[in-house]
Amino acid sequence: MSTNGMSSWAVDLKDVGAIYPFQGTEVILVILGLAFWIGFHVLQARVEASELADAERDFNAEHSTKNIDRY
Amino acid sequence: MGSNIDALTTVFTEFYYWVTVVFMFLIHVGFCMYEVGASRRRNHMHTLMKNTMLIPLVTITFFFFGWWIYWAFPNGPFITGGLEDGSANAAWSPTMATNLGDRITGVFWAAFLLFSWTAASIVSGSVIERIRSTAFWIHAVLIGSVFWIIDAAWGWHFGGWMVKLLGYHDAYASGVIHAIAGGYALGVLVVLGPRLGKFAADGTPRDIPPHNPWLVTIGLFLIYTGFWGFYAACNVPIISPEVIDGQITGVTWTATNIYLAPTTLGAITFNFLMSLSGGLLVAYIISKGDAFWTYSGGLAGIITASAGNDLYHPIQAMFIAGIGTYCAYKLHYWVERKFKIDDAVGAVAVHGYAGFIGVCIAGFMLWGQPSSPYEGYAAINPLGQFLGAVIMFGVLGFLPAFIVSKIMASMDMLRIPAKAELQGLDHHSELAYQAAIDDVQAAERELADKQA
Repeated sequence: MSTNGMSSWAVDLKDVGAIYPFQGTEVILVILGLAFWIGFHVLQARVEASELADAERDFNAEHSTKNIDRY
Repeated sequence: MGSNIDALTTVFTEFYYWVTVVFMFLIHVGFCMYEVGASRRRNHMHTLMKNTMLIPLVTITFFFFGWWIYWAFPNGPFITGGLEDGSANAAWSPTMATNLGDRITGVFWAAFLLFSWTAASIVSGSVIERIRSTAFWIHAVLIGSVFWIIDAAWGWHFGGWMVKLLGYHDAYASGVIHAIAGGYALGVLVVLGPRLGKFAADGTPRDIPPHNPWLVTIGLFLIYTGFWGFYAACNVPIISPEVIDGQITGVTWTATNIYLAPTTLGAITFNFLMSLSGGLLVAYIISKGDAFWTYSGGLAGIITASAGNDLYHPIQAMFIAGIGTYCAYKLHYWVERKFKIDDAVGAVAVHGYAGFIGVCIAGFMLWGQPSSPYEGYAAINPLGQFLGAVIMFGVLGFLPAFIVSKIMASMDMLRIPAKAELQGLDHHSELAYQAAIDDVQAAERELADKQA
């Protein structure tokens, strides 16, 4: 038993197609992949919102002027 | 070359490896930028020269004996006959020179040599700002021209004993390059100790930020670019079934991995990009957008998936990369707190832990698949992969580095004196630099006065 159905390479390669493991799970993989992608946006939005809230809370006019002058 | 098709295949293969070598040069450019960016201003030139000089040292030693080791020791601890096979690749062999009868040895040697530089350079970053160049350059030769190439002979060779007996599979070197180099770096770091000021009196670690994060990230970008060349160099670009000793039937030519098992450049292109992306996405979230760790996470992602990136589905590669990156990041800080290890650039985590984890994951994902096109080899399996990871990280990485570093420390040749560390390793060169500037400025002012 093998995760891609191949137990030997003693075959004619013209008869071989996909060789990735767990064939048949492609749709599940895509669904999980999409969830991973959406999850990134959700988590990233939270991180950024928290950072921006910190930036607002720590606002200092003198530092801002210095940063503007520094360009 | 018996026929035109043979000639074309040979010259194509020769050119293919040559191009990969040029690409892989960018890995070293990236490592130099990355290390200089991570070091403080008072150590710039020393850091740069420490990494640069491993190039000639590893190159000549890899010519003298490193390449021979690869061909002489695939039988590992059970040596039978390998020594004789290695003679064609000994430094005195006519094929290790200008030779119209052998167009491949030179470029294949160079591709492996660039892997050697990478192994040594991985160690280089972790020990910056306090190791003596004397000690580092000996370590560079040992990891670059001895220990990594032994592990390549054992587990990254179509006849390697680990492939035959353990079913070891590590197509793009999660363990063979990265785990061993990470383990080696850890072995040095344990003896070398942290940079002064890294830990507070109560043991709390302090962050020592890179002096130039921009340079660090561009360095990592260049490492990604060179990594493309590395991936291509790990493949045999075109080979006919009969050259693989007739194990594969039919007449279909193919690209193969280093074990001569079929794969495609398309597969590794999919998987390289998807594992890079998985690593970047996870690292961005766990590090809260920290540029250094996000870029390092991209690298850790590729490294984790590399063991099986010849066979994975791209989405599998993406998830495996994410898992490895998460674990490497968490382990870095846990080891730093628990064992007071100062890994200046996170190399042990990004290369060592990610590589180790990647080799182990491949054992489950590829369970039962043939490790080789040759008959009688063990199939890929989780236990064989775990043992392989231990051999790479621990036996050939950590252990020799620890022993050699202990010997160096006992001879007071491992670490720079505290005063030199505080003053900066560029102190003398900076004084000479400033003196030269002062001298030429004074001379020019005098000339200007005379003109007036």
